[in-house]
Amino acid sequence: MNVDAPSRTSSATTRGGFRPSRRQALLGWIYATPTAVFVVALFLVPLLLVIKMSLSRWPLLSGDQGPNAPDNFTKAIDHRFFTDSVVFTIKYTVIATVLLLLLGLGMALLVQESSRWNNLLRASFLVPSALGLASASLLFYVLYSPYASPFAPVMESLGITFLGSPNAALFSTVFLIVWRYAGFYMVLMLVGLQSIPADVFEAARSDGATRWQTFRSITLPLLRPTLALTTVLCVTGSLLAFEQFYILTKGGPDNSTITVVQLIYMIAFQGQNDLGVAAALSVIVLAALVLINALQLRAFRSEEN
Amino acid sequence: MRRTSGRRTALRSLAGVLAVTLVLSVAACGDDSPGDQGGAAQAGPNGVDDGSELTLWTRAPLEKQAKLLVEAYNAGHKNKVKLTVVPNDDYVAKVGAAAGSDSLPDLFAADIVYVPNWVNQGLFQDLSSNIDGLSFKDSVNKGHLAAGTQDGRKHVLPFVLDLSMLFWNKQLFKDAGLDPEKAPASMVEYAAAAKAVQAMKKDGVYGTAAGLNCGGCLVFTWFPSIWAAGNEVLSEDGRESKLADDTAKKVYDIWADLWRSGAVLPASSGETGPTWTAAFTEGKVGLMLYPATLLSSTPFDAGVAGIPGPDGGASTFVGGDGIGVSKDSKKATQAWNFLSWMMSEEAQVEVLAKNKDVVSRSDLAKNKYATADPRLVTINEVAGKGDTPVAMNFQQAFNAPNSPWLTLVRNQVLNASGDTQKDNSEITAVLKQ
Repeated sequence: MNVDAPSRTSSATTRGGFRPSRRQALLGWIYATPTAVFVVALFLVPLLLVIKMSLSRWPLLSGDQGPNAPDNFTKAIDHRFFTDSVVFTIKYTVIATVLLLLLGLGMALLVQESSRWNNLLRASFLVPSALGLASASLLFYVLYSPYASPFAPVMESLGITFLGSPNAALFSTVFLIVWRYAGFYMVLMLVGLQSIPADVFEAARSDGATRWQTFRSITLPLLRPTLALTTVLCVTGSLLAFEQFYILTKGGPDNSTITVVQLIYMIAFQGQNDLGVAAALSVIVLAALVLINALQLRAFRSEEN
Repeated sequence: MRRTSGRRTALRSLAGVLAVTLVLSVAACGDDSPGDQGGAAQAGPNGVDDGSELTLWTRAPLEKQAKLLVEAYNAGHKNKVKLTVVPNDDYVAKVGAAAGSDSLPDLFAADIVYVPNWVNQGLFQDLSSNIDGLSFKDSVNKGHLAAGTQDGRKHVLPFVLDLSMLFWNKQLFKDAGLDPEKAPASMVEYAAAAKAVQAMKKDGVYGTAAGLNCGGCLVFTWFPSIWAAGNEVLSEDGRESKLADDTAKKVYDIWADLWRSGAVLPASSGETGPTWTAAFTEGKVGLMLYPATLLSSTPFDAGVAGIPGPDGGASTFVGGDGIGVSKDSKKATQAWNFLSWMMSEEAQVEVLAKNKDVVSRSDLAKNKYATADPRLVTINEVAGKGDTPVAMNFQQAFNAPNSPWLTLVRNQVLNASGDTQKDNSEITAVLKQ
């Protein structure tokens, strides 16, 4: 490999902007290669494979049996749980996002000032985030179980079933998610709050603004970039919900809690065993997510401008 | 010019690195050479015991029996079997993923209701000549053999038979004023006994329990009631559901009445399978349709009988797992050594029967351990009257968490809604796919 002498690189910068020398360009490529390899191997190759699967007849047990486009897409949309799962996922996303953002912000405002008591509260709010979602779901599975829960006798005497009816199952799962993630969103909000210069608040105070006026006219507008980021994360995470429902409800009772990703899993591995249709649904979900995220980021950008 | 050629060199280097990575990642996926198809046939009657390591997968509900068999085999053979127990819900996905990447273990057991599909997909090697060479082949459980037979070629042997039976807690029966030595002779009597236990209003004690959000549990325990009345649940070719017939409706009605009366453990409505037998095992349920494999781990005096129909009769679901040599095994002759030993009197009697499990050979039904416990004789006898449904899409139609069968049962029993004919047509539609 030929590399030019370093002296030649000194003239690389021109008035028109930075123009890298060959050596710098090469170094750039070398630095970028590991990331490029990971992106290609872990993102691009699987993505191309999913697209190929979505266009082929591909039973789980016998592999690729040739192209059949667009059958998989038609079957995915015609699936008896497609509409229900889309509606349920959106419903869950709205509820989870609103609750998580409100609670995250509320908790951040509560512990905004640094003090020993607040530091303890911050740590306790964050502790559930250290637990894996699957582990947390298993923990709640036991707590909710009318048979195995330590609260079973109380539940029985009060007639409470956490996962026994469609609404109970949805809100029990939302409770788990709020417990698991509210602390994480609190940290993001806290970072946003602390990036607001203190003198802005001081100015408001000296102008005689009430707490509510300060919150509405200063905190919220200056927190918009953080709110946008947390909304993107929360919406994306909720639209891709899987573990919590797979472990807690398995889509039940009466097929009332099937999320779109769970439907993909069901089609691929539980019953139909059709990777082609599952891949087609994955592509549809991917396209929807790209669209939703693009819209959110666009809104984010316009807020910034 | 120089800058351009440098860029080209860098691009070429990058392309080279990517190409090597891709080749390595593809190579890492494993050896694609085909397995030793039909190799077991050259093994002779007993196969080869040459110190090979064999891999075996089974699902969690049969862990106890699988461990006993593997430990006994490993203790007396040069070959060593390495057992992997997979959670029940993940088993199909794991086998499917392994089959797609040609990395199935040497031996794997499959819920007998999935066997026809998996044989059809070519996951098992043909063991016809080996099985036909067994001197006792006519006494091997016919249901399991039939499930693994396609176009006259046999692919699986019974690994563990799991029969659904009616179990009752003799102490609770006695407390409720029922005869602890007498089994309910029909589902009507079953319901009356459950209500009698419930009527005691003992803290935490219920008349009966069922896995009402678990398609597999319901298939296992409710189909026998229909068979006991002389009816069928599926057409002969397994492509049509008969679960809207009068007998089936009677079964749903009995359970709906039991549910409304409060005699069913409330947790049953959400029970997806993992703990569906736990309350009975803990002595908190009067009577239940329960797996015979749990006989040895039921810690109190329990009565055992066949599952009755609405008005009488007796039957059982001959479930459990069939086992075969996988398409990917390159040690088929050694794997056959394990299978032929597993069917021997030594394994069937001294391992399975000794631990209160059902034997897979009818000629060993009245073995010394079974005769010492009359309940085992009952189970072995009812096994002959039982059935194993055969359908290609059984999992999707019945066992999957969102199966139309589950919808039918929940509509009929819990929700008091739904049209049986329509729900039954949904099952048929899936079976016909």
